[in-house]
Amino acid sequence: MSSNALGLIPALECHDLWKTFRNVRREGWNRVVSQTKAVQGINLILPRNQILGVLGPNGSGKSTLIRMMATLLIPDQGSIEIFGMDVMKNRMAVRRLINRVSVEASFFKKLTARENLAYAAGLYGIPNRAAQQEATRILERLSLPRAKLVIPLENLSRGQQQKIAIARALLTSPNLMLLDEPTTGLDPTSRREVQDFILQVRADHDATILISTHDMVEAERLCDQIAIIHLGKFVANAAPADLISQWGEGQGLEYAFFRLTGRDLLSDEEPS
Amino acid sequence: MLVVEREARALGSIVRRNFHLIRRYLGWEVVFLFYNIINTLTIGLIGLSLPAAQRAHTVVYLAIGALLWNFLSILFQEIANAVSWERWEGTIEYSFMAPIHRLTYLFGVCTYAVLYGLLRTAVVLLAIMVFFHVSIAHADWWGALVVLGGSVLPFIGLGLMGAVLPLLSTERGAQATQIIQGVLLLVSGVYYPVSVLPVWLRWFSWASPATYTLEASRGAILNGRSIGSVTGISLELLLSGLVLVPLGLWIFTSAERWAMHRGTLKRNG
Repeated sequence: MSSNALGLIPALECHDLWKTFRNVRREGWNRVVSQTKAVQGINLILPRNQILGVLGPNGSGKSTLIRMMATLLIPDQGSIEIFGMDVMKNRMAVRRLINRVSVEASFFKKLTARENLAYAAGLYGIPNRAAQQEATRILERLSLPRAKLVIPLENLSRGQQQKIAIARALLTSPNLMLLDEPTTGLDPTSRREVQDFILQVRADHDATILISTHDMVEAERLCDQIAIIHLGKFVANAAPADLISQWGEGQGLEYAFFRLTGRDLLSDEEPS
Repeated sequence: MLVVEREARALGSIVRRNFHLIRRYLGWEVVFLFYNIINTLTIGLIGLSLPAAQRAHTVVYLAIGALLWNFLSILFQEIANAVSWERWEGTIEYSFMAPIHRLTYLFGVCTYAVLYGLLRTAVVLLAIMVFFHVSIAHADWWGALVVLGGSVLPFIGLGLMGAVLPLLSTERGAQATQIIQGVLLLVSGVYYPVSVLPVWLRWFSWASPATYTLEASRGAILNGRSIGSVTGISLELLLSGLVLVPLGLWIFTSAERWAMHRGTLKRNG
């Protein structure tokens, strides 16, 4: 798809999106089946070159939503279009336009960063030499010393692994980046570096970014628009300033979040 | 960039990744190779318990079975392990959301498995030749290689079917592939002629590509049958591969779709 065509249509559109999981457990000899409604009727339009933050407590449906956008999960109902292409019908074309960073920095832990990045780049058809040069540049920008590239990932800290995960996603120059809690587990300095880098990527690469986070300061700093998800539904979707003025009563985004969800960010308890 | 070039690069990166992993687990590779050699020698030694006139023939007969079984087991394990390993590390979502055809991914895994299986089997073969001092001067090694070449495709097809199991269950799936291996071991005449099987089991022998591979390999190595006489069997094996590979791919993609509905590709989160 040409860049002109990409500019005319939203980066991401979701219409009436639903996803329910079946949970099967054994109680004695009985098989008990229950259902979890992870995503319930979500509608969303994300214009190109914007950063959308998705805020929600644990288990609210953030990761499920991102997985469906990333072609890893099939919705029960509704549609997702990325740059005008349906993710189910044009899976391969969509995959060329997106990349994802998950909260878990998933790697072959015995392999070095260099080997892991070579594998990831190869899957996208990027020549190894070009990938390594780009990865080194990105990681230097994220203050990861070059020497760390040749150490097995299992010997790096979680924060260092997460920086390499971000480099892996950026290597493919995605038009839409799906960041699922990318700064969780990072120290304040690293968190700041990653946030700066996200802003730079948006500016330099004309990328559109969807980021889920628990960090209110991060959401306010990065996002043009914030959607608050609760029990699989968007309970609000507006610019940070509008959210604060409408729901925060002048006490900030966190207060708005509590009012909208009625619960703590890190709480795992579903309200009855 | 051409689609073919991109897919070839992806395939190469999968093969390279797996060889990198071998390097990291080199100590364990030596342990497993040692076990393979011991296992094959143990089976070959059964032949030495027979009267002198039958010894050489039986040792080679058993050794061919053990070697081929060794190769098949590695092929199966590596294909199945590739999926279970990716699920264990959590990388499967990254590999599966890459813009490459699933066939490319699976062929990358299979290419590595074939190369690695051949490498390990060659080392075991060397150990057998040194240990038993059996004369197989009249063997038609080229014929045996033609048979093995023809067999690779159907075995890959079966491997793809086996790879579905770790996709369905991370914890038990890889172990469950041993069921397929066990059935093949029973019906394919690995250590005995299929004629000793009950009639109803021989139907399964007929369906197993390993039966034909073993029969033709033994014909070439033990009886020195010419390439020409085993080419027919090799072509039949190749044709069965042309059926089994698409079938295996269909089963795998169906299982992947099931996992994408159920949300079981991920380990957590």
